[in-house]
Amino acid sequence: MFPKWFSKWNSEHPTNIYGPGILVGGVGGAVVVAALLVSWGQPFATDSLQTGPRGTGMSVPEFEADLATPDPAIEAVFENQPFLPQGDEPLARDIYENVQVLGDLTEDNFNRLMLAMTEWVAPDEGCAYCHGDVELEEYGSDDLYTKVVSRRMIEMTQNINENWDGHVNANKEVGVTCYTCHRGENVPSDIWFRLGPLTSATAGWSAVQNRVTVQSQSTSLPSDALESYLLEYERIGVHNLESRVSEDVTDPDVPTWQNTERTYSLMNYFSNSLGVNCVFCHNSRAFYDPAQVTPQWSTASLGIAMVQEMNNDYLVPLKDVYPEHRLGPVFADAPKAACKTCHKGYQQPLQGLNVIADWPELATTGAPDYAPATQ
Amino acid sequence: MAEYQNIFTQVQVRGQPEWGTDDLGTLMEDRAGTPFFSSLLGWFGNAQLGPINIGMVGVASIASGLVWFVIVGMNMLAQVDYSIPEFIRQLFWLALEPPSPEYGLRIPPLNDGGWYIISSFFLLVSVMLWWLRSWQLAAEQKMGKHVFWAFGSAIWLFLVLGLFRPILMGSWSEAVPYGIFPHLDWTTAFSIRYGNLYYNPFHCLSIVFLYGSVLLFAMHGATILAVTRFGGDRELEQIYDRGTATERAALFWRWTMGFNATMEGIHRWAWWFAVLTPITGGIGILLTGTVVDNWFIWAQEHHFAPMYDGSYGYEDFRSYESFIGQEG
Repeated sequence: MFPKWFSKWNSEHPTNIYGPGILVGGVGGAVVVAALLVSWGQPFATDSLQTGPRGTGMSVPEFEADLATPDPAIEAVFENQPFLPQGDEPLARDIYENVQVLGDLTEDNFNRLMLAMTEWVAPDEGCAYCHGDVELEEYGSDDLYTKVVSRRMIEMTQNINENWDGHVNANKEVGVTCYTCHRGENVPSDIWFRLGPLTSATAGWSAVQNRVTVQSQSTSLPSDALESYLLEYERIGVHNLESRVSEDVTDPDVPTWQNTERTYSLMNYFSNSLGVNCVFCHNSRAFYDPAQVTPQWSTASLGIAMVQEMNNDYLVPLKDVYPEHRLGPVFADAPKAACKTCHKGYQQPLQGLNVIADWPELATTGAPDYAPATQ
Repeated sequence: MAEYQNIFTQVQVRGQPEWGTDDLGTLMEDRAGTPFFSSLLGWFGNAQLGPINIGMVGVASIASGLVWFVIVGMNMLAQVDYSIPEFIRQLFWLALEPPSPEYGLRIPPLNDGGWYIISSFFLLVSVMLWWLRSWQLAAEQKMGKHVFWAFGSAIWLFLVLGLFRPILMGSWSEAVPYGIFPHLDWTTAFSIRYGNLYYNPFHCLSIVFLYGSVLLFAMHGATILAVTRFGGDRELEQIYDRGTATERAALFWRWTMGFNATMEGIHRWAWWFAVLTPITGGIGILLTGTVVDNWFIWAQEHHFAPMYDGSYGYEDFRSYESFIGQEG
């Protein structure tokens, strides 16, 4: 392949090319990488949100690329300015039959909200999803379960916006509408059902954990955290508030490491739902210490109470209204909500977009105040 | 020079397989297998494989350990209704859990910790027999019992976790689950439940000895490899007949930090660091929930958990809108 003189010269002048080769390659490669980093910057740049005093390591890190991408669901938010009532229009309850919760609205605002709900919940099926494929005159009928459920959901939305203002408007006016959970789907994503024991081969604590489930967020932690804390009112805290305490772990009132795992399961669900980590709310060196939690901890605590009320007062009682295919796989229980149903991985649902501004009808259980939205 | 620039062992001695000393004249009875050589094995250790000396105690230990292993495996299999694909899919999630707390130290039903207690008994027998074997093998060769005692320190931690602490707490439910992820869940939950184990001084000590062991291991291994060219790898000879390898190694560390271990002493350092890791760790575990119930508060009471100045919550540092790049 090579000319003879070349091979001859090489055999007469043996040289160790590997040492210099590795050196040149190594240094050369490092120079290239350094030059690329300097000129193009860190390819996986991160930014962080400091959440506590310096020295505690409290911060929520994110990739800048992720931060630069707004929540795609924001684009489909349906905004529609309300009509300012003049005071002499006929009201929905006078015009239509069987209007139980939105009767105080003027016809224009009533139809505006009906249209919005169609966009939010049943964009493909349209009005027929709740009212059936019937003449307009028969829209008052409660034949379809979807209509009965939506009526209760409107009440729930009003209750959340009015009575859980401390949670949904904690930082600024944000509020919730049907879209916050539904996102254009008949059934919102990230709802949950009771699972109960996961195996028939075991009982007690062994039966409720160590499986890949949605409820355990694919961890081996207990899968009954949501039902224990957000449906029933089990105690979430597991700590002793004194350094030395006399207690007996066989006492059902004394939290064990198993209870701690279940609390951890709930907390992990929280983190995933909000796209944050433990130190968004806690100083992880003393999770329980009220002197070392952030204001977000209070907002989240309100959220827990809000979800408990939503599940127990609004969602669970609808069980008998739903058809079979909407019920849970194990206990045929009603679908339930939790953090992720609204937040969907964001610290604030729809990244803190004010969704309630255009819908004073959903902001209160009383008479809507149209003044701010129409000014 | 180039022969030292290797991560693998460079010297493989071949000849008649080494059968070992036979001072008591009984060793041959216990030996099984025809020894042979493997080049691949020689890169990592001795190229000779076998013969093996299991002995009656070793056989009993392996049999008992196997019973534990099969009980754990069958319990996992039962939890996925004996479906092999599910077993493989969920293997890292599955576990044989200790009993629920309400059973205390009583015998629980088989499906809620009963199998755990039975399997733990076999694991205990297996580990203790293997411990005994490490004594027997050393005794047969008239060796010191250093390996036996070092293994004993690990067994101390094992017994604290699965026997001593559960008894002191009054419940078998306190023991550690047998499962890949579940035993890690236990570890985290245990630390969180008792107010953060990082504030447990014995946990601190255990970490010091663990990381110290790693550091000493790296320093010692590097030192010996570095002076092997001067005969430093013949460590035992160098202990009582110090040569230039020892002199250079000692000088290197004296230049580095003013102090050096000796050819003998470094092995005592290493042994104690390794052995103290589980000893101190075990003390820390044993005190948790029995004597101290919240280590963070305990640390505050003993003035080594400082408070930090500054605000809690992100609002004082930057707004959420600026973080997500949607500032008005």
